[in-house]
Amino acid sequence: MSLFEVKNITVAFGGVKALNDVSFGVDKGEIFTIIGPNGAGKSTLFNVISRIYEPSKGEIFFENQNISKTKPHNISKLGIARTFQNLELFENATVLQNLLLGRHIYKKTNILSEVFFTPSARKQEHEYRLKVEEVIDFLDLQHYRDTLINGLPYGVRKNVELARALCTDPKLLLLDEPSSGLTNEETIDLGFWIKDIQSLLGITIIMIEHDMSFVNKVSDRILALNYGKILASGLPEEIKNNADVKQAYMGE
Amino acid sequence: MRFIFKTKYSQDINIAKHNGDRFWYSLLILIMVALPLVLDDFYLGEISYICILSIAGIGLMILSGYTGLASLGHAAFLGVGAYTHAFLLTNGIPFYASIPIVIIVSFLVGAAIGIPILRLTGMYLAIATLALGFIAEHVFIKWEHFTGGNRGLPVPQPEFLGMSFYDSVFFYYVCLVFLIAAMFAAINILRSPTGRAFVAIRDSEIAAQSLGVNLGLYKALSFAISGAFTGLAGALLAHYIGYLAPDIFNIFLSLTLLLLIVVGGMGSLHGTVFGAIFVGFLPQLIAICRDYLPSSIGSQPGLEPMLFGLILVFFILYEPLGIYGRWMKIKLFFELFPTYKRQTFKKQKVFTKSDRV
Repeated sequence: MSLFEVKNITVAFGGVKALNDVSFGVDKGEIFTIIGPNGAGKSTLFNVISRIYEPSKGEIFFENQNISKTKPHNISKLGIARTFQNLELFENATVLQNLLLGRHIYKKTNILSEVFFTPSARKQEHEYRLKVEEVIDFLDLQHYRDTLINGLPYGVRKNVELARALCTDPKLLLLDEPSSGLTNEETIDLGFWIKDIQSLLGITIIMIEHDMSFVNKVSDRILALNYGKILASGLPEEIKNNADVKQAYMGE
Repeated sequence: MRFIFKTKYSQDINIAKHNGDRFWYSLLILIMVALPLVLDDFYLGEISYICILSIAGIGLMILSGYTGLASLGHAAFLGVGAYTHAFLLTNGIPFYASIPIVIIVSFLVGAAIGIPILRLTGMYLAIATLALGFIAEHVFIKWEHFTGGNRGLPVPQPEFLGMSFYDSVFFYYVCLVFLIAAMFAAINILRSPTGRAFVAIRDSEIAAQSLGVNLGLYKALSFAISGAFTGLAGALLAHYIGYLAPDIFNIFLSLTLLLLIVVGGMGSLHGTVFGAIFVGFLPQLIAICRDYLPSSIGSQPGLEPMLFGLILVFFILYEPLGIYGRWMKIKLFFELFPTYKRQTFKKQKVFTKSDRV
């Protein structure tokens, strides 16, 4: 049984079917990449998984649990974290505050203990910080702890967003175009990090990506979408040589 | 320039970041405590009023400055606090019991109003809160059993700790203590997960949600906490005014609070005090200026609202971060002297969304 499964998901915006009867499964420990031309429905798929969009049909399973009706703010509690295509960071807060928010799901204090900042609230802050520091070390963010997001270059912001997702201690990580806007070197670093996240932290990754050389390097399996339908799915080699995929991308 | 060498996580959690902070804030509190020695009753009254405005400002700042939700009807909460307090005192509840009840009542009123109203965003929320202000004013007029309606409601000035609220020195100390307590409460909320969740909602709702922040719950909580602070300020305001009438809690008071946080500096607790000083002294300043202006201008009745509006516009245009923002710049100037560059704070064109405060 797969860790994560999407069954017959259909999303319709008016008459447009952004996703049409899409089904796939992701195994534990895999790096699963979704590719496809613009408007193929990739981001829609992510937004369905994080419950921002309501699917018109179909179900989603995570660890054999149907999450199609779970509240959006409870998704991260189950162990699913995500990043966004166009950065959604808290821009007027420091990197540290952004990362600490990644620990929000572990909050145990109530408003009264926070107003008086009781020892338990202080202890909780220390615990949060310990985990955040682990992630900071992992992604080399030591220099930026107290910097406002406003003042950071784009590459670092992308990194902070990945770090924030990791702070939630996820089992499944959804990365929406992690390499877009990065320089070559940053993309190479990112490749190593993604591999490390998989092997060292044991986190399963679903990724949307356009950079094909990057995709082929890191992915275990690839799913190609076009016009909301699955074109092909399989190992990187198979996708590369798939006639339908070539047709969709190159229009042969 | 001060460099802080951090060796403990506590250093990031503590309120005072270094000994300089401790020294200056202790000095400030000492000066505030010593003020009755040098100032007469009139000025003490004015400063008490500024303390009350600051507490209300903290309430609105948490809602607007930190959670990013506009409110044009916050005088309603001042009214709820003031009337509840006056009502309780009239019925013989002592001061020390009445204040916690006021805080709880305004918290609950805030939550009850917040839950339905916060489904709206932006302009619609502003209009809904504006309507809330008008509705509250009418409730204060019509609910005569509770508020005395248009006849008004005298506020009893009970004994507390053996002192009377008629004593302006004592009242000043009460306001000061409540301001300091409110400030600590607000700082504590803001440095714990709830406060961070508020900031998260302000900067990106969708990311906050994906990190497990229950948007509806936290927005309502923000409204409730904001209501609690403002309600407390209302209770003190009741003592300050001495006689409650519904038209005190009108739209103009709400706008004064809004002016307070914008002029003080959105998203900073320092700003609430700066803003309160500004708003508290502005009418006096205008009154003084009237004497020096030519009588055709000086005797115009609408001078005050016009100047309020004008100042608000000027701040939004030229100093969006308010007096606190200006203060930060001055501080940086001296820290970096003589290498300060004017361009440091020059507004840059940005292509990712960032100017959302």
